[in-house]
Amino acid sequence: MKLTGAQILIKMIKAQGVNTIFGYPGGATIDIHDEILKHDDLRHVLVRHEQGAVHMADAYARAHQTTGVALVTSGPGATNAVTGLASAHCDSIPIVVFTGQVPTGLIGNDAFQEVDIVGITRPCTKHNYLVKDPSKLAEIIQEAFFIAGSGRPGPVLVDLPKDIIQAMIDFQMPGPVKMHTYKPNYKPNKKQIAKAVKMVKEARRPVMFAGGGVILSGASKEFTRIAKLTNIPVTASLMGLGAFPGSDPNWLGMLGMHGTYRANMSIGHSDLIFAAGVRFDDRVTGNLEKFAPDAKVIQIDIDPTSIHKNVEVDCPIVGDCKMALADIAALMEKEVPEDLMKDRDAWLNRINEWKQLTPLKYEQSFDTIKPQYVVKKLHEITKGKAIVTTEVGQNQMWTAQYYHFEAPNHFITSGGLGVMGFGLPAAIGAKAAAPDKTVVCVAGDGSIQMNSQELMTAVAEKLDVKIVILNNRYLGMVRQWQELFYNKVYADTNMEAQPDFVKLAEAYGAKGFRCDDPGKVTQTLETGLNTPGTVIMEFVVEREESVYPMVPAGGAITDMLLV
Amino acid sequence: METNRYILSILVDNEPGVLSRISGLFSGRGFNIDSLSVAKTADPHVSVVTMVTFCDAHVIEQIKKQLHKLINVMTVNDLTQKEYVERELALVKVHAKTDKRAEIMRIVDIFRSRIVDVGCSHFIVEVSGDSGKINAFVELMRPMGIVEIASTGTIALGRETGK
Repeated sequence: MKLTGAQILIKMIKAQGVNTIFGYPGGATIDIHDEILKHDDLRHVLVRHEQGAVHMADAYARAHQTTGVALVTSGPGATNAVTGLASAHCDSIPIVVFTGQVPTGLIGNDAFQEVDIVGITRPCTKHNYLVKDPSKLAEIIQEAFFIAGSGRPGPVLVDLPKDIIQAMIDFQMPGPVKMHTYKPNYKPNKKQIAKAVKMVKEARRPVMFAGGGVILSGASKEFTRIAKLTNIPVTASLMGLGAFPGSDPNWLGMLGMHGTYRANMSIGHSDLIFAAGVRFDDRVTGNLEKFAPDAKVIQIDIDPTSIHKNVEVDCPIVGDCKMALADIAALMEKEVPEDLMKDRDAWLNRINEWKQLTPLKYEQSFDTIKPQYVVKKLHEITKGKAIVTTEVGQNQMWTAQYYHFEAPNHFITSGGLGVMGFGLPAAIGAKAAAPDKTVVCVAGDGSIQMNSQELMTAVAEKLDVKIVILNNRYLGMVRQWQELFYNKVYADTNMEAQPDFVKLAEAYGAKGFRCDDPGKVTQTLETGLNTPGTVIMEFVVEREESVYPMVPAGGAITDMLLV
Repeated sequence: METNRYILSILVDNEPGVLSRISGLFSGRGFNIDSLSVAKTADPHVSVVTMVTFCDAHVIEQIKKQLHKLINVMTVNDLTQKEYVERELALVKVHAKTDKRAEIMRIVDIFRSRIVDVGCSHFIVEVSGDSGKINAFVELMRPMGIVEIASTGTIALGRETGK
């Protein structure tokens, strides 16, 4: 059967189960878009900027638990995709991004809209390909999806020169992927599993710590099961929120720079950290030399480079979180239940004291809206069931602190790279993946302006997202650092010059509501969430509210600023 | 932690861009490369990269794991963990004035190296060995007047006893 490169591409993508592509056409990719048009079962979401396309694919992947796909053109289309790739790389999100490229004969000649995107994205993709031979196209697409979705997931880029896309060649569906250099190891070592159970039994001050890996491997159930069997308190990194129910009495809240006091104190004073799917990022550990000095560490991770990288590990378990946790739970179920939770009362009491002494708090005001209050109300009104995306900065931290996520894949944020401009496209991508869900983007007035053009995508594609803007007319997180560490010199963080967000919504055909009265927060949220279509709810909040508690960068995590 | 010299022998897909993935990994993560050499192996689809780096035990563990994580890398072998043979090869172009010719030839002989080109004013000497031997040879040639040097990076293989 003779097919064009474009036909092979679409055939192979569909064979991977893909039915949604986020893209933006250009000279180098017209043939592909032309082909997409012929497939009714393939949805193309036309974005307004390529960065948006990649963030949408990222969020789609998380909400749908499959691999997300984006398609952009050569040159600037490809470079605009780089931030999205880097973010997905940091957060280990499986996406495949296809970029157009000038014809192979022109590569290296500084042709119009040519960039070496494979060279540019080498450090921020899990792997990338330049297709130089049309007969390899099918196989490469298959490998790209295999690499993106297996092992520690991540973004893969496939660069497609125009002549490859237009070539007419004999097509045969390739057999299953065989890669002799890439074989991720899923199965944990049995001895290490037994050792972990023994360490849990011996621990008197244990804490469990979930990261994004628990969510990626779909291991929340197994993780929660172990926490129940052992009655061990649980914390999570930003990426791990939702791995363990936020309403559970053993939930400590998030760990790290803006973690709860009790989570940080518990880790700091623990004698065992049972970590799964985490990489001990600096925002979690603070000063490494002072991090959990008495703790032994069990660490489960699919990626051996995550182990022993920052923290010395006593019981490393390389493998899939779900498999490892299931094995540990199975072994624990054979134990006498009391043996798994012996002599822990003093520890649990101590944690409870930390909790009573310094809960998450903010001072309520009757004059100005407190941003935390908006998130708290959002949680109440949506019953904690919405998919919530965030931008980056204070809005992200308040969401992490006050929207107590109950289930995995409901909190979608740019964790590792911290991309402002992520939240709105992410909400659109999540809505495409989960059309029946309420999808809310919690944004700041600064970050929403970074990709606000995607409002048009949301409206045009009828991907209804609800946007909550916490408007303090500052780049709030940087302002907070300036207040605390730069003598209150607010250099370039004032955002008083800003659009009228209600009118901005209306300009794009969305709805807009503004609220500056603490007494009307609930009403505004209810109206906004119940209004069909894409809606902006702008809350004019206390200008100089800060995120607390806080560990100053480089400090010990037990050394927190509380107010 | 103590800094040591490590020699890694890395088998990779013989594909364009693989070397840049490896060198990019080193520069991006701030690892040090002392020398690097790439060559085909008996299997035309596979190349071997021999890399020398100075670092501590913690860093070498990360280097090995990070290399292994690259999709095109098949195996990462730390030769310094066992018995191995290492060689470098240098070509040294040295002034060969009439009164120095005999001395140069004596040194060449002692080092079991070879003169591979003779001209009216220069010799080119081929010398191989570990980097210590090459350095010693170069130091002895320096007073004669070195014109140019070209040298390979270290290449190495594990010994049979080191299995």
